[in-house]
Amino acid sequence: MELNITSYCTIKNKIIFVNGKELSVPKQDVASYFFADAYKHLEINYPKFHKMDNLSKLGIIATEAALKGSDFLQRNSPESVAIILSNKASSLDTDRNYQNSINSKDNYLPSPATFVYTLPNIVIGEIAIKHKITGENAFFVSDGFDPQLLVNQAQISLNQPGTKAAICGWVDYDNGMADALIYLVEKASDSIKNINFNPLNETILTQFYK
Amino acid sequence: MTLEVFTSYHNIISPLGFTTKENYSAILNNKLGVKPHRLGKLNEEFCLSVIDEQKINSASEKIKGASLFTKLEKLSILSICDVLDQSGISLRDPKTLLIYSTTKGNIDLLDSSVKHSFPNERTYLSVMANMIGKYFNAVNKPLVLSNACISGLLAIITAQRLIKARQYENILVCGGDLVTEFTTSGFKSFNALSQEPCKPFDAKRTGINLGEAVSTILITKNKLAPTSMQIVSGASANDANHISGPSRTGDGLFKAVSQTLEGNKIKIDTISAHGTATPYNDEMESIAFERAGLINVPVNSLKGYYGHTLGTAGVLETIISIEAASNNQLIRSAGFSEKGVTGNIQIIKEHQPIIPETYKPF
Repeated sequence: MELNITSYCTIKNKIIFVNGKELSVPKQDVASYFFADAYKHLEINYPKFHKMDNLSKLGIIATEAALKGSDFLQRNSPESVAIILSNKASSLDTDRNYQNSINSKDNYLPSPATFVYTLPNIVIGEIAIKHKITGENAFFVSDGFDPQLLVNQAQISLNQPGTKAAICGWVDYDNGMADALIYLVEKASDSIKNINFNPLNETILTQFYK
Repeated sequence: MTLEVFTSYHNIISPLGFTTKENYSAILNNKLGVKPHRLGKLNEEFCLSVIDEQKINSASEKIKGASLFTKLEKLSILSICDVLDQSGISLRDPKTLLIYSTTKGNIDLLDSSVKHSFPNERTYLSVMANMIGKYFNAVNKPLVLSNACISGLLAIITAQRLIKARQYENILVCGGDLVTEFTTSGFKSFNALSQEPCKPFDAKRTGINLGEAVSTILITKNKLAPTSMQIVSGASANDANHISGPSRTGDGLFKAVSQTLEGNKIKIDTISAHGTATPYNDEMESIAFERAGLINVPVNSLKGYYGHTLGTAGVLETIISIEAASNNQLIRSAGFSEKGVTGNIQIIKEHQPIIPETYKPF
């Protein structure tokens, strides 16, 4: 089966690239300022965003950037879109925050609003909720960006009768570092023949991730 | 030609035993793993299913260099060892893969009040899985799945698909999660924890019990075990509803069940449900099963025995269901006495033989 990437977004060192072009978002070292500026620049307008943890904010920004200007969700109905993501640090950034809130008996403040983000697949949930995407989903954890795993899992998922397209990639947030590559995967068809796309393979992913 | 994929040997380590056999026989004797515990700085008792520390230590004596491994790693090594011994399969074989399913892995290492000598990097799930893989000289890097409560079943579905795609011949699916102050305090902050043994689908259900367990099942291209069963189909769906709450009308589950059944003309004899004993989850499941037309199929939840074991729940519950099916047995849904969900479903009140054609609701 021939699979293609019809749009993608890379986030490295708090710089956002969409389909290879850098967005003119002011350079911000502090993650929360970076996320806020990116949110404004992409005109996301989704108040829930501000309650999310860093991993979910990163996933939403990369996904919105990849979707902006793309007709991906017009071409593919939300029940047929799978979401397959991976990273290294799972939800450890939020896990550490949550653990700090329960470490001392005198300052024991477990918060449900933090605890709910202590699962890596919550970022999938946030993307799914924003676009009412109800396809299958999976979150894999690996030592580092693993193009072989990502290509393989996309192929397997798009082989299922219910899956027509997928949002895939890498979303890692750890120790203040935001690192992401989100791309939209579609099968070869007449409806994408007039747009620029790249074949989904390990070489292309490695190139896009750089 | 499409391949058939089978389950084969398996193991469960839980408070109810260190083998599948011990666990299954404890369930038939109506033993519960859940008991009142007071954990860390929590000032109340909650019912939790916790494995006895001394039993873990004495079982771990057979692990080479046991002190190099965390509690969850030791339990995982013991569970995988049992399955490798039974099957004669080796992770040194390039056609064999380990899939590890967990939500929180070595999360207990983050607790600064507990002294340990493990480096910080062991809280990374892939580092933990690699430690386990290395113990068995695995040639393939373990594949790690972390997808909340569905991790275990998703790992089994992933294994089935990888074998169907002819990428591997044998896949060990190991699921593991611990009861920690981390998860317990978190579920408490949601007011989701029960102080008594949980009562899935019951009118008086009072919330979740958390449980720890590690379980392993070998998924294979060939029928290897006397109780091997074919994995016909599986599916997952996101209900796109809320990050911590399911759709009230069971949309996601209904979609997953429908896709699983689609194109497979098989009669369903029993359902092992998620049944966490929270008000919303059980209600949602009952509606989804009714919508899928499964109104006369006997249903249980095993959470009354084990609590919610998070990343291993789907693996553990699959193994118990296989044992029950190969013994023609329906397993009682522990904690259930009076139906407390609106969906028209049949909850199993007593252990009883499966008589598929004549099964009558109670």
